[in-house]
Amino acid sequence: MAEQQPDKGRRCMLVAASAVAGGAATVAAGVPFVASMFPSERAKAAGAPVEVDISQLAPGERMTVEWRGKPVWIVRRTPEMLDTVKKGTDKVSDPTSQKTQQPAYAKNETRSIKPEILVLEGVCTHLGCSPVEKFQAKAEDFAADWKGGFYCPCHGSLFDLAGRVYKNKPAPDNLKVPPHSYLADNKILIGVDTKGA
Amino acid sequence: MAATKKEPVVVSGAGPLNAPLGGLLTWVDQRFPLVSQWKDHMSEYYAPKNFNFWYYFGSLALVILVLQIVTGIFLTMHYKPSAAEAFASVEYIMRDVPGGWLIRYMHSTGASAFFLVIYLHMFRGLLYGSYRAPRELIWIFGMVIYLALMAEAFFGYLLPWGQMSFWGAQVIINLFDALPIIGPDLSTWVRGDFVVGDATLNRFFAFHVIALPLAILGLVAAHILALHEVGSNNPDGVEIKEHKNEKGIPVDGIPFFPYYVVKDALGVAVFAAVFCAILFFAPEMGGYFLEYNNFVPADPLKTPSHIAPVWYFTPYYSILRAVTEDFIWVLRAGVVAYTLLILFTSRGCLSKLLAVAIAPVVLIAMGVIEAKVWGVVLMGVASMIFFLMPWLDKSPVKSIRYKGKLSRWALTIFTVVFLVLGYYGTQSVTPAGTLISQIGSLIYFAFFLLMPWYTQMEQTLPVPDRVTT
Repeated sequence: MAEQQPDKGRRCMLVAASAVAGGAATVAAGVPFVASMFPSERAKAAGAPVEVDISQLAPGERMTVEWRGKPVWIVRRTPEMLDTVKKGTDKVSDPTSQKTQQPAYAKNETRSIKPEILVLEGVCTHLGCSPVEKFQAKAEDFAADWKGGFYCPCHGSLFDLAGRVYKNKPAPDNLKVPPHSYLADNKILIGVDTKGA
Repeated sequence: MAATKKEPVVVSGAGPLNAPLGGLLTWVDQRFPLVSQWKDHMSEYYAPKNFNFWYYFGSLALVILVLQIVTGIFLTMHYKPSAAEAFASVEYIMRDVPGGWLIRYMHSTGASAFFLVIYLHMFRGLLYGSYRAPRELIWIFGMVIYLALMAEAFFGYLLPWGQMSFWGAQVIINLFDALPIIGPDLSTWVRGDFVVGDATLNRFFAFHVIALPLAILGLVAAHILALHEVGSNNPDGVEIKEHKNEKGIPVDGIPFFPYYVVKDALGVAVFAAVFCAILFFAPEMGGYFLEYNNFVPADPLKTPSHIAPVWYFTPYYSILRAVTEDFIWVLRAGVVAYTLLILFTSRGCLSKLLAVAIAPVVLIAMGVIEAKVWGVVLMGVASMIFFLMPWLDKSPVKSIRYKGKLSRWALTIFTVVFLVLGYYGTQSVTPAGTLISQIGSLIYFAFFLLMPWYTQMEQTLPVPDRVTT
């Protein structure tokens, strides 16, 4: 018995089979650990719609509310501000909102349901900073012929008063318009689409 | 059993303690390889006798590692890793825990000191060709430590849960978002939520206090084992093992203990003096070590008007910001030029084949994938391209002392560019700053990518047979 030569083919097969079985078991054992890092059921359940009363929002002003941990802006645009949106199409990279950064009912010239009321997620599409409002049309450090809009302090992306991104800036897309609908003339529900839209 | 055959250990110079101490050592040594390990790594590890100023930083890095671990342990006794309590618990450490402010400032100042020392340690490697054969693995382990250290610093920076903590993490995690297809799911997985929040903070705490410190300790052990296997390089870049005496000891080597232990102790003393001066008089370092905005609690609704990473990340941050849609055209031109350079001047058939195969893929990808992704890619490549140093440097000599003018200028310019990129990474975006960052990024990559050419073209100086002073 002691003199018996090992069967190399058999040994190789057994080593390979054990390695495959052991490897598969190791990978399978890793699955629950990787899975544990995804959002928990509690995190997924959070994120109820937010009701906002905009009756106090004056023309030319912005208010910020929190929805799903993100800032959502509501801006009541003045006719002059809407005018810069209409005239500024040559400066922005997606003037007609071709990319799906908004629900279908906001895919229009003003990117809104009512022309004057702009609802945007205040999260830069570059790396997620929250841009700051620069509504005054005046010469700024970042643009000499600034017409008013939003400026991202992190990497200098610019957005116009409809949340459309300027050409040749780090941010690739327009600011997102969250799903929203009107409960009444001055009441917006953020997080729920317009019925039938 | 081999172990029981070990000779009794002779302790010399211990006076009356001689006999009991020797007996104890013998008892231990017969059960644990104490004496042989001591000899291998300390008293009979022969290091070149010509180490200069640049050789302080390896042992200093080890000292700071210990400092960070010890201060870290005491900070975890009072810190609360939850979004609701984290900021207040750090302020509690600063105000109410006896000596808490000192431990916290030691840890935060230690982080910056760690990077400063590591950068100087890496620069030493670049100066004297410490990455060249047979020390490639030492360099690679070192680079992995460097990357692990960057991750460690990034995870740690979220923990105080200030405005910079929050928005810094938001920006860096969103980098993953840029990757095609898997990006959004990957960033959600990293955060553990759809926004940076409690889940993110809690897991970053786990990575910062357990996962990465363990990895770094293991890597440091591997780094030192590999170093002690092949032996240290030196400012002349000559191998001391090529000249041994009749006992097999390198004639230009001196035992690490006591000679370099004493030398490094001086380095630690000087370092400690500087460190304490910063610790007590400028722990925030004018906003560079601890940023002012981080004394404001995290607010997910409001980004601070100026955000920048801590100074040690800023060169890469500049490269990230340099990649705009226009700059992609410059990058395209760069890829084409580099491919042509390889095709017309490279002697290797493999490199030509690789160039022809890879260049079109990159060029097409540049058209398909948006600029934001390329910023992330270039930032990643910039931090990892050091891995290739052992194979990019084709100079016949190791040390800058004997390299030619081209290599000297290249390293000088690279160092300046690294500092300039670092400076612009701390500043707000301006058109001039972006342009300088773009030029800087090109030079940064040219230093590495053109290295196989300029290191071979230049006239090198004769290398001495043995180490000089």
